[in-house]
Amino acid sequence: MSLAKSDPYLRRYSLGERLNHWLVAISFVLLVLSGLPFFHPFFWSLTGLFGGPTMTRILHPWIGLFMVLMFAIMAVRFFKESLIRRHDIQWLKQIDDVLANRDEKLPPVGKNNAGQKLVYWIMLGCIILLLITGVMIWQPLVGEAMPITLRRLASMGHAYLAFLAIITLIIHIYSGIWVKGSFQAMVRGRVSKAWARHHHDLWYEEEMEKERKHREISRRHDHSEQETP
Amino acid sequence: MRGEQINLQNVIARSASQVPSPQERTGGIDRVTKLIDVSRCIGCKACQVACAEWNDLRDEVGNNVGEYDNPLDLSPNTWQVMRFDEYENEQGNLEWLIRKDNCMHCAEPGCLEACPAPGAIVQYANGIVDFNSEHCIGCGYCVTGCPFDVPRISEVDGKSYKCTLCSDRVFHGLEPACVKSCPTGSIMFGTRDDMLDLAETRTDFLRSRGYDNAGVYNPEGVDGTHVIYVLQHADKPQIYSDLPEDPTISPMVSAWKGVTKPLASAAIGLAALTGFLHYVTAGPKEYSEEDEQAVRDDEARQRERESGEAQDNREERP
Repeated sequence: MSLAKSDPYLRRYSLGERLNHWLVAISFVLLVLSGLPFFHPFFWSLTGLFGGPTMTRILHPWIGLFMVLMFAIMAVRFFKESLIRRHDIQWLKQIDDVLANRDEKLPPVGKNNAGQKLVYWIMLGCIILLLITGVMIWQPLVGEAMPITLRRLASMGHAYLAFLAIITLIIHIYSGIWVKGSFQAMVRGRVSKAWARHHHDLWYEEEMEKERKHREISRRHDHSEQETP
Repeated sequence: MRGEQINLQNVIARSASQVPSPQERTGGIDRVTKLIDVSRCIGCKACQVACAEWNDLRDEVGNNVGEYDNPLDLSPNTWQVMRFDEYENEQGNLEWLIRKDNCMHCAEPGCLEACPAPGAIVQYANGIVDFNSEHCIGCGYCVTGCPFDVPRISEVDGKSYKCTLCSDRVFHGLEPACVKSCPTGSIMFGTRDDMLDLAETRTDFLRSRGYDNAGVYNPEGVDGTHVIYVLQHADKPQIYSDLPEDPTISPMVSAWKGVTKPLASAAIGLAALTGFLHYVTAGPKEYSEEDEQAVRDDEARQRERESGEAQDNREERP
């Protein structure tokens, strides 16, 4: 009987979501590596990864466009689950407990915690503005057509926004390493129920409820099949 | 100009470089300056021709738009243009102001400050600011950094070009091509001290001729320029085709390129380090044995309820 053995895993990200996320992630890292050399000469040797300094300058905006496209799809997918709710504010107020792993003190968390939601909104804001400022200084396609003041503003803005995005990225990557099982969640798409209950208890309850309903429906279906002959 | 051979030890500043460039060979090297006396210019454009001739530049033939300005603007193939202005002075008389526009060779160059490519823009001990096209990547940051709107990016090779102050000629003891060609002595070239001196003499002369506001254009905001103007109306540089009154490296460029660069780079490194140290200190975030037990309990309860319901269903049936 199907009741006896239950699936120890919950599905957290679909295949589409995962591929989408990793395409964003890879292009984002390439953007960081190809962008930093133009920010500080300390990173100049990174241009070697892209076939030399001029090639790096040529490639960076195109990688950027690809990333924006992929990110736009992801942003639509994750929009609803990233809306900030009242319990998220409480979670943020207890960031000390979060960082010290005193998880038992934390308020209930839905599919995403407030930190993940902040990453979503900071990245969304940064990427929209990085796209605009980036296009404004895109050499040779746009750059020279821009009035000089806008060009200076865009150059400065692009650097500051990239800095904010890189810091957010570092926090995001570190969270994936720190919270055991979350990296695997984005790779394999599934998490253990214990993991879900611990880190995202509201979501766990929701998913368990779904599972119950699903089984109930299939049981009724079995019954009606037995009764028909 | 003793000791002005091409020598890499004469490069005293280079773009995107954190460590000092050679500073020791300063003994015999005088800073040079080109003096453009606007009051003596007749607009013959011999300098434009000489510039194109010496530097092997052949810009596309453009169209006459009803102005003397020709070509209309600087380009990768036109490193200097004569800009003509019709100015009505206080007495209601017409003055024809003709300014030879080219790179000013700032002592504190905005292009060099903004350039991200190590060594693509250099400043020599004699003050000349030069583009090393071998290292230029065509990002256009020099355009962003320049307070005088001088560099132009080529559509052919994607590299940036501007007046070199004929650095190749100067290194061999010759004056720039434009200076050599000038028939009126409007363009002069020599050591910086000599040229500043000559500029004062010319200014005094102009004052004696009724140009009370005559003066030298050698803007402080960029620490002086190695191309200076004698202007009849030095109080109003903007009437000379928008010559900026007080040019400086834009605060936006400084905010983007100044201390921001090392501070933000360090912050990125520190953020990664903080993450690592946090992991060492607080350890990973993991679920516990309790969570596993709770899930098992949840499921056991659920199974009980479901099998109960199933039994009820069977009993209800006759």
